[in-house]
Amino acid sequence: MSDNLRRRRVTAAIALGASGLATLLGLATLAAILWTLFSRGLAGLSLSVFTQTTPAPGSSGGLINAIYGSVVMTLLGLAIGAPIGILAATYLSEYGRGQRLSTVIRFINDVLLSAPSIVIGLFVYTLVVLRMGHFSAIAGAISLGIIVIPVTVRTAEDMLRLIPSSMRQASAGLGAQPWRTITRVVYPAARSGLLTGVLLALARISGETAPLLFTALNNQFWSAKLNQPMANLPVVIFQFATSPYQNWQSLAWTGALLITLFVLALSVLARLVSSLFGTSESRIE
Amino acid sequence: MAAVTIPYKLQLRREARSERVFRVFATAAALLVLALLAGVLLALLYGAWPALKTFQFGFLTRTVWNPVTEQFGAFAALYGTVVTSLIAMILAVPVAFGIAVFLTETCPMWLRTPISTCIELLAAVPSIVFGIWGLFVLAVMVLPFITSVMREVFLATPRSLKEAAYGLGATQWEVVWDVVLPNARAGVVGGIMLGLGRALGETMAVTFVVGNAHRISGSLLAPGTTISASIANEFTEAVGKLYTSSLIALGLLLFVLTFIIIAGARLLLLRLEARGAQL
Repeated sequence: MSDNLRRRRVTAAIALGASGLATLLGLATLAAILWTLFSRGLAGLSLSVFTQTTPAPGSSGGLINAIYGSVVMTLLGLAIGAPIGILAATYLSEYGRGQRLSTVIRFINDVLLSAPSIVIGLFVYTLVVLRMGHFSAIAGAISLGIIVIPVTVRTAEDMLRLIPSSMRQASAGLGAQPWRTITRVVYPAARSGLLTGVLLALARISGETAPLLFTALNNQFWSAKLNQPMANLPVVIFQFATSPYQNWQSLAWTGALLITLFVLALSVLARLVSSLFGTSESRIE
Repeated sequence: MAAVTIPYKLQLRREARSERVFRVFATAAALLVLALLAGVLLALLYGAWPALKTFQFGFLTRTVWNPVTEQFGAFAALYGTVVTSLIAMILAVPVAFGIAVFLTETCPMWLRTPISTCIELLAAVPSIVFGIWGLFVLAVMVLPFITSVMREVFLATPRSLKEAAYGLGATQWEVVWDVVLPNARAGVVGGIMLGLGRALGETMAVTFVVGNAHRISGSLLAPGTTISASIANEFTEAVGKLYTSSLIALGLLLFVLTFIIIAGARLLLLRLEARGAQL
């Protein structure tokens, strides 16, 4: 074997070995994150987390008001954003297919998809919080809803496009107007795909902190009023983790563990649903 | 004739009306996406106006950030944002490239899906969790995004190109470096820019670790600040119109910055897609 060939082979072995190491590094990072979360989060996990409200520094308490607030605002955000997202995707995939406007909207949507979420928070602050005069749960829900829209548009359009046009033509051939075809044929056929999109959107907003900081703010006490500041897990984690109090930090880890488990479960579920649908995984960035 | 059936013509008219309504709603929802972008831009511009009017272009270049004397400049935060993002990219890009190569070339088939799922799950971990986890956060956060784009464009390399290279006696690495990578160039750059856009706008993870000191420090270990960290830390405590307005102006700056980078990345990827469609 010539020296030249040997050198090339050694280079190849080193480079490909390094790429394997990079993969190990990535996997190890995920493992390390989960390990830290579990070891520090499980310590504070007890029944009182789900029964008591957030404590004052030094005393005991739980996270129930934050969990409640997160659930309420996340669901409201989903209720605001998902229908708009699916309708917009319907336009892109059904009515506006091949039109220049659709290309522009798709492009802008992709930009919104990656826009910094704290900017969305500022937007809702100037639009809603300043008008109302105070922070509120509904403002938090609106900012989450705005983040849901681009995520849903992207996945829903991909899913609707997968429906074969022969099905649409068959429906049209029976004399159905487009809207009837869409609601009776296309949506049902794309059902699990649309569900995947909504689940991914849910996963995306569950951990969002930045847009809630100055919309929903936080609330140390139990509150179910939508026009008042409301506690929520991400902001509580932020506040407690940066505090010097030991019991707050411990609760922050527990909260982080809860959110991560929830989001990971959602992502896995979304993958399951979409693989049952029998399509290649959707492109979500 | 049965009295209960709706006359045929009436039914047709109803269908047509429903069709119009549905179509209007769908179109409105699609236009809302456009309006959202314009709305964000306008609202931020409106909020930032007092600060922009007071400091004018000096806002971009001055490092002073003093709420007491109401003197505000964005340069320290801008510098922090760019520097932290660049460091993150320098760390993340080689690793992402390595993972993408491993997943598309050397990894045994049965391991590919589980490993790429794990890497993508890294993207699902909420950023606030990365934050309390600590250092190198940004690099880890953008890693899955860059990896998945790279993997996709690597996979899109035509088989015949690779086989031709192998036929000439190229090693596996030479095929990756001299055939796959040049062929996927635009996609790789697009993926890196998408990651950069993410890193620039990421708030929570950075806020935990970067500190909040509006100054430019030669040392990377001294506390600094980024645009998003400043907003997150100071916004609710900001008193005075000019202070709040300056923070919103920071947000506007961030939005424009990420907009340019993300739009650039998307255009690159879009052109790549169009080329792929032609082939």
